Amino acid sequence: MVLKIQEEKTFVKKIQTGAKPVTEVAGNIVYDTRNLNLWYGDHHGLKDVNLGIYENEVTAIIGPSGCGKSTYLKTLNRMVELVPIVRTSGEILYRERNILDKDYTVEELRTRVGMVFQKPNPFPKSIYDNIAYGPRIHGIKNKKILDEIVEKSLRGAAIWDEVKDRLNQNAYGLSGGQQQRICIARCLAVEPDVILMDEPTSALDPISTLKVEELVQELKKDYSIVIVTHNMQQAARISDRTAFFLSGEVIEYDKTDVIFQTPADQRTEDYISGRFG
Amino acid sequence: MVSQKENKSSSVQQLIANSRNHKTKKIVEKAMPALLFSAALISILTTFGIVFTLIFETFEFFKRVSITDFLFGTQWLPFSGKEPLFGILPLIAGTLKVTLIAVIVAVPFGIGSAIYLSEYASEKARRTIKPILEVLAGVPTIVYGFFALTFVTPILQELIPGLKIFNALSPGIVVGVMILPMITSLSEDAMSSVPNSMREGALAVGATKFEVAIKVVLPAALSGIIASVVLAISRAIGETMIVSLAGGSTPKFDLNVTDSIQTMTAYIVQVSTGDAGYGTTIYYSIYSVGFTLFIFTLVMNLLAHYISKRFREVY
Repeated sequence: MVLKIQEEKTFVKKIQTGAKPVTEVAGNIVYDTRNLNLWYGDHHGLKDVNLGIYENEVTAIIGPSGCGKSTYLKTLNRMVELVPIVRTSGEILYRERNILDKDYTVEELRTRVGMVFQKPNPFPKSIYDNIAYGPRIHGIKNKKILDEIVEKSLRGAAIWDEVKDRLNQNAYGLSGGQQQRICIARCLAVEPDVILMDEPTSALDPISTLKVEELVQELKKDYSIVIVTHNMQQAARISDRTAFFLSGEVIEYDKTDVIFQTPADQRTEDYISGRFG
Repeated sequence: MVSQKENKSSSVQQLIANSRNHKTKKIVEKAMPALLFSAALISILTTFGIVFTLIFETFEFFKRVSITDFLFGTQWLPFSGKEPLFGILPLIAGTLKVTLIAVIVAVPFGIGSAIYLSEYASEKARRTIKPILEVLAGVPTIVYGFFALTFVTPILQELIPGLKIFNALSPGIVVGVMILPMITSLSEDAMSSVPNSMREGALAVGATKFEVAIKVVLPAALSGIIASVVLAISRAIGETMIVSLAGGSTPKFDLNVTDSIQTMTAYIVQVSTGDAGYGTTIYYSIYSVGFTLFIFTLVMNLLAHYISKRFREVY
């Protein structure tokens, strides 16, 4: 297992140090996390995390409650900073720039890296205004362009047909599953590069869950997706790679079928076979 | 063993049953609703009593002065010997001048500080500032009145030449300061109760803190904010001591804020502390003015109620 991570690391390093021309591999890696450590006050939340997130793939992060999987996800768009006592060390290179640098504008990062939350959190506004919110704050005011963005985003989130006749109604009138797809559409409206999903189906019924999962498969053609899930079947169904976190450490990170069929670490096997967690 | 256990549990059940059948418990259960209802009834009856008195005495007043003269008369000269005039518009003008100035002072500062407290202030700053605001809200209005007369007015006189010692501006500003904590506190409550998930949703599409505050939190809390403003206006309309002390006692129907005025409340104070005899027109006039004041604040309170329902962004 150690070897696996080592391999991953050297692979990542090769890309990053860029001995080869960038064009050959630049499209490949989106996020490169190097020796990331994170503390909540005295609690060591993430320990020496090294991970590469690849373009147009779905990367699943699994692990028991409190293992740091959500914390890691929130570090990728620096939402973790909303907790005032957080400290970090190490590097997270997003498109080759370290986002943990103090001079990296966090708003710029979050415009490129969208996020979908555990509980649907639409704004108490009309469906239209929910989707147009992002483009509007970034200065797009032209009604025609906004109309196009709204339609495109809702289509992208596979909810256009359900809501096209009631765009002016409050988003809170929709079902939980629809609200979550509205939130996905809101995130698509600024045309991000990466979408982070923090247990996006944990508050949804099975049918809505299925719809969101199908949507994720569809979205990966255009976006790179990182999804935190407590549902291992979900990780197995929809992801290309899976990282297993335990107590703030990455225990194993590999192709999803490898993780689920021939895990290298005993702890991974114990977890995915349901012996703990 | 099993039967013993059963015995034990049945004995606890027995004890519970005994206590349930206890006499005092039964009486208390019966009597409490009636007692609580009468507590609620007292405040309702008091309200009706006040309204009834107001209406009754106002009716007496209108036996002596015509309603049209009262509502549309532009001169309020109740003490002018043979030909007293009871046109309420000058008193309403005085009240509205003070209220308007108070709102201009209190709304921007009140909502501004509410945004600061709810969205920017650290836990420590919030813990320091909120109690101070509450102290401000607890200052007796007579103190505010003296503050207006002896501190604010002299400063204003330096800045504005020609400002009279009694004027609308100074009490207006001070009434604004008085209602400020009310707007801040209620608006802050409304904004703090906007769920964090909504802020996160906005931050996640790249909004800045200010954009989150203005375009997400403020609209979501708007009904509470408007209700707080309307309630504060209602409080300003009914404010008495500040305007009595610093506003003067010269009712005038105009838009001048630098000259002496009289508000509805100040007139009531003036008559109540003077020696108007029972049964005189002047005596009844304070009820008619009081009734008008009551209508004003009632309308504002109903408006606050309506707005907080109508504009609620449901989440």
